[in-house]
Amino acid sequence: MSVVPAHLEEVTLRATGAVARRQFISRISRYVLLAASLIGVAILIYLAYETLQAGASRVTWHFLTNYPSRFAERAGLRSAIIGSAWTMSFTVVLAFPVAIGTAVWMEEFAPKNAVLSFVKLNLANLAGVPSIIYGILGLAIFVRFADMGPSIMAGALTLALMIIPMTVIAAQEAIKQVPQSIRDASLAVGATHWQTVWSHVLPQALPGIMTGVILAVSRAAGETAALIMIGAFSLILYDNTSPFDSFTTVPIQIYSWTVRPANLGFQVNASAAIIVLMAAVLTLNLIAAIIRERFRRE
Amino acid sequence: MIVGSLTLCAAISLLTTTLIIYVLFSETSTFFRDVSFQEFFTGTTWRPLFEPVSFGVWELVAGTANVVLWSMVMALPVGLATAVYLSEYASGRTRGLMKPMLEALAGVPTVVYAYFAINVITLDVLRPVFGPDLPVFNSLAASVMLAVMILPTIASISEDAMASVPRDLREAGYGLGATRLEVAWRVVVPAALSGIVASVLLAIARVVGETMIVAVAAGSTPNLTLSPLESIQTMTGYMLQVGLGDAARNTVEYQSLFAVGAMLFMITLAFNIGAHLLVARFREEYE
Repeated sequence: MSVVPAHLEEVTLRATGAVARRQFISRISRYVLLAASLIGVAILIYLAYETLQAGASRVTWHFLTNYPSRFAERAGLRSAIIGSAWTMSFTVVLAFPVAIGTAVWMEEFAPKNAVLSFVKLNLANLAGVPSIIYGILGLAIFVRFADMGPSIMAGALTLALMIIPMTVIAAQEAIKQVPQSIRDASLAVGATHWQTVWSHVLPQALPGIMTGVILAVSRAAGETAALIMIGAFSLILYDNTSPFDSFTTVPIQIYSWTVRPANLGFQVNASAAIIVLMAAVLTLNLIAAIIRERFRRE
Repeated sequence: MIVGSLTLCAAISLLTTTLIIYVLFSETSTFFRDVSFQEFFTGTTWRPLFEPVSFGVWELVAGTANVVLWSMVMALPVGLATAVYLSEYASGRTRGLMKPMLEALAGVPTVVYAYFAINVITLDVLRPVFGPDLPVFNSLAASVMLAVMILPTIASISEDAMASVPRDLREAGYGLGATRLEVAWRVVVPAALSGIVASVLLAIARVVGETMIVAVAAGSTPNLTLSPLESIQTMTGYMLQVGLGDAARNTVEYQSLFAVGAMLFMITLAFNIGAHLLVARFREEYE
């Protein structure tokens, strides 16, 4: 039996020269890359802090329930919140059925041919069309041609067209993930194709679809450019009661306060309104995340 | 009946595209009755409101190119570093924690970024660095916020591309004695290049189409420059300006909105199609 000589027992191979330098650079790179990847989040935290500093004290009941005003201290978000609520409700009601119908048709009923590929390509491109283009589409078609004026309905139709593509893509993904065995089982006991889709595929895909819808709504809730293009940039001093009223929304109000001359004090209102808008958007995103997580486990 | 109504739903998206193209190009063709092609495409002065009027679109295109350039200069290195870190260095748990935070940046309404650009970036960050001569409305403040906005697009799509690079390639690199950084930078990044380029094209399309940040922070003076420290106007910035002004129909001003819109539509379409072709390519390569 040979015994390892004592002087060889604790030898570690240690690189020297060029190899040592390469290893050192590689070890350092981990921290450099980590630092770089935290920049975005750090900026977000810094900006959130600045906004809370500037605007938190302005977020009061009066701020939420007052109409806009010439005086920064008296101006509030009332008409913007009501306008946003009306617009969002109509947007969802208009976009939801069309988006789901499109996704179901594409995944379950469409013949797998060139028409389907074209519809898919078209949706992917529509999802990349800038919102301001949807705005001038809404201006030309809904506001001018259909003569709706800069109304809630014109705004909701414009936003609905804007969010349909992204909702379809999310719903499609959700429907794709429903296992084929579920469809087979349903068809095997005599259900029709449509019964299978309606009673088995859609309920299974619903959490995924809802997540997509909520994220799309949160995008529409923050949309500004498209609504300014249809002419929704106006002073509203009443509560909306009809979908054909003129309206304003929270992001439009933020814009209008942001571009006022700095010495009038409206920047405080803008940051307070940002706190309100971000609270709403983050809540929507949180709900979407919770739905996604809950149903992933099952 | 049911299949019929579902098909109708799908037809709405085709109708949307048709309407966008119809609206843009019908108004644009009326625009070109008053303004010559030559003036629009070769002129370098965009002055639609004051006599003598001039419709040289290059000044607006330069404004857009300006913010694309500077936002990319900032977002590309950071986005790529983030993608490399998440794909090659981070543990599964870190990745699970960082990805949602990063994606939160994409969910922030752009009017919020616009507010930050003038109230925080210009006043608290850029003025102290570049001095009080920096205009309140400047391309750099807008570019900083645009860079933050597109960071998740670049990082997320590049990371997906890197994650789909087969493990064998990395193992081969390590087998030859390469370090982790060398494998990441010289094996994984080149192998994922088409996905990375796709992410950049999508990001550019988003910057080109973004309106609120540039309209609020970059100014409203058309300016043929790529300097980040000047006031400029982008294509979208001009469109919003017209939208705010409630231009009457059948005026050249109203029609110019659609001419610039058509140009914007074509540019974003080109970048988006380029990105989709590249994504399709890297999917094919490794699946």
